[in-house]
Amino acid sequence: MEYTEEMDRPGGIVGWLGTNLGRLVVALFVPVVTFIVLWRVFIFLRDTNAPQWLTAIVAIVWGVGGVMALFVVANFAIEQLGGRWKAHLTPYVFVGPAVAVLAWYLAIPTLRSFYTSLYGPEGNNFVGLANYVYAFTSDAMLESFRNNLIWLFVGTGLSVGVGLLVAVLADRTHPRFETVIKAFIFMPMAISMVGASVIFKFMYTFRPPGADQIGLLNGVLTGLGGEPRAWLLMQPWNTLLLIAILVWLQTGYAMVIISAAIKGVPSELLEAGRIDGATEVQAFFNITIPYIQGTLVTVSTTIILFTLKIFDIVQSMTGGNFGTQVIANEQYSQMFRAFHFGRSAAIAIVLLLVVVPVMWYNLRQFAEQTEAF
Amino acid sequence: MSGTRDSLSAKILVYGVLVILAIVWTTPTIGLLASSFRPEDDVSSTGWWTIFNDLSEADVSLDNYRIVLGVGLDDPDVQAKVRRGAENIQLFDAVLNSLTVAIPATAIPILIAAFAAYGFAWIQFPGRRALFIAVVALLVVPLQIALIPILKDYLRLDLGGTFLGIWLAHTGFGLPLAVYLLYNYISTLPRDIFESAFIDGASHFTIFTRLILPLSVPALASFAIFQFVWVWNDLLVALVFLSANPEVEVLTQRLLGMLGTFGTDWHLLTAGAFISMIFPLVIFFSLQRYFVRGLLAGSVKG
Repeated sequence: MEYTEEMDRPGGIVGWLGTNLGRLVVALFVPVVTFIVLWRVFIFLRDTNAPQWLTAIVAIVWGVGGVMALFVVANFAIEQLGGRWKAHLTPYVFVGPAVAVLAWYLAIPTLRSFYTSLYGPEGNNFVGLANYVYAFTSDAMLESFRNNLIWLFVGTGLSVGVGLLVAVLADRTHPRFETVIKAFIFMPMAISMVGASVIFKFMYTFRPPGADQIGLLNGVLTGLGGEPRAWLLMQPWNTLLLIAILVWLQTGYAMVIISAAIKGVPSELLEAGRIDGATEVQAFFNITIPYIQGTLVTVSTTIILFTLKIFDIVQSMTGGNFGTQVIANEQYSQMFRAFHFGRSAAIAIVLLLVVVPVMWYNLRQFAEQTEAF
Repeated sequence: MSGTRDSLSAKILVYGVLVILAIVWTTPTIGLLASSFRPEDDVSSTGWWTIFNDLSEADVSLDNYRIVLGVGLDDPDVQAKVRRGAENIQLFDAVLNSLTVAIPATAIPILIAAFAAYGFAWIQFPGRRALFIAVVALLVVPLQIALIPILKDYLRLDLGGTFLGIWLAHTGFGLPLAVYLLYNYISTLPRDIFESAFIDGASHFTIFTRLILPLSVPALASFAIFQFVWVWNDLLVALVFLSANPEVEVLTQRLLGMLGTFGTDWHLLTAGAFISMIFPLVIFFSLQRYFVRGLLAGSVKG
C-alpha cells in the first residue's frame, strides 16, 4: 500500500475516511469474523459429546491456533489502516494482549480481593476488618502461622543444607560420577507434589503391631525391633514428615544452583588458603562459603517463598487436619469448604503481605546473580 | 577444585556419603514403581522390598495400570481384579485432559509473552518503561490473590470447568515470568539484525515472526519446559477452576480424589501416581539440559 502525506494530515480525516472506507470495513470485518468463528468453536467444544480424544485435539488446535490467529488478524487490520495509524497501533498489538490478561488476572484481582475481604460470607454485608481479626487470631490461622514458620525454617534449612552438602562433595568426585549423582538428587523436581505425596504416604503407611508392615518407615522400624506408629497422626511430628517431602523435592534445585556457584570459586584463592596451612574444612568455611554467600541467600529466599505458599502437600497428605494446617490450605478451605469468600480473601491478602517483601528481595538477588538463560 | 589432594579414606567417605544419599533419594520412587506392578493381595500384605528377595519369583503384571487407566477392562483376568468401583477411575481420560490443559496453557503464554517482550524491547511508544515495570512487578503477586475474583468472573461468564478458563488462568499467572525471561533474552539480540531488516522494508510483525522467534528458540524451549511441567503438576489452579465439571478433571485432581476414595488401595494409588509422573520424567531424561535450565529460570514464579 502507498503511503501518502495526505492520509496523515490531521484535518484530512473525513476525506481519508471517504477514500478509505473500504479499507476500514475490511480492517474491522476480518477480526470480527475471526472472533465469531472462534467463539462458535468454543460453544461447540463446551457442549459437544464427541469422543474425548477428538475433543482434546480440536481444543488444543483451537486454543493455540486461535491465539495465533488473533495476532495475525490484528496485524492484518492495522496493515489495512496503514500510515500513521499503523505506526500508532503496532506497539499495542504486541504488548496489548499481555497487558490486558495481566490486568484481568493479577493487577485488578489484588484490589478486588481487598474489597471482598471487607465483606461477609456471601459478599453482601460490610464487616469492616472482622475477617482480618479472624486471619490473625483464629485457632486455625495461629496454627497455620506456626506451621508455616516450621516449614520455613526446617524445610529451607534442610533443602539448602543437604543441597550444599551434595554440591560440595560431588565437586570432589569424578565428573561422570558427579553428573549421575546430581541426576538422582534432581529427579524428584520432575514429580508433582501430589505424586510425591502418594509416594510418601505409602512410605508412612501404618499396620497394627504384629501385622507385616507395608510402609517403608514402619518396615525399617519394626525390622530394628521397634513398635510401628501411625506417623501422620502424631502431632507435632507429622508436620516434619510433610516437610520431608519438600526437602526431597527441593534439594535438587538448591544443589544445582549451589554447585554452579562452587565451580565459580577461583582455584587460586583455594590454593592460596591451602599454602597458608588451611585444612579443607577451614578452606570451605573461610573461602568457599563467603564466596558463594549471595547464591545461598538467593536459593534460600526462593525456597522460603515455596514454603510460605505450600499447599499441595498438605492438601494431599492430611487435608490440613491433625494439626498440620498452613496458610494457603486454610485459604482454600475457607473458599471451598466454608464458602466464606471474605475470610478467604483476607487470608490471601495476608499471604500477599507476607510474600511480597521476600519476593522483592529475591527478585533483586535473582537479577544480580543470574543471566536467566 | 580437584579431588587429587584427598587421601584414599577421604575419597571413600565422599563417594560413600553421596551413594547413600542417592539411594535414600531414589528408594521412595522405586517403592512406588515396584508396588504398582504387584497384585493387590501382595501389596496389602507384604512390604514392596520383599520382591527383591527373589526377583524370579516376583508376581508382576500391568493389571493395576489397566484398571486405573480403564483400558482393556473386558479382559476377564483384569475384570476379576476390579473391586470397589475401581472401573470408574478412568485415568486415561484424565491424561487426555491434562494434555488438553497443559499444551495450550504452555503455548498461549509463550506466544503472548514473546510478542510483548519484543514490543517492550524494540518498539518505541509512550509509557513503554512504566508498563514494562508494572508487568515485571506483578511477579511478586502470589496467584492465591486472584482465585476468588477470577472465580466470580467465571461464574458470571460460564467459564468455570472449561478448558478456555484454565488456559487463560495459567496464562495470566505465567505471563509476568514469561515476559521477564523472554525480554531478557530478546532485548540482548544484536541490533544489526533489526536494522538491516528495517532497511529492507520489513514490518515489526515480519521481523518478529521471521527473525526473532527462530532466534529465540533456546529461551522459548527452556520456558516451555518449565511452564509445561508446572501446569502438568499444578493442583491448586485446577481444583479452583476445573472442579465445576468432573469431565475435565486433570491427573493431579484425580489422584487427590483417589487418595480419598481408594486411600488404602496402594496397588491402584501407586500405578496412578506413576502415570502422573511419566510425562515430566520423560522430559527430564530426554531434555535434561533444557529441563534444568527451565526449572532454575522458573523458580521465582509466583
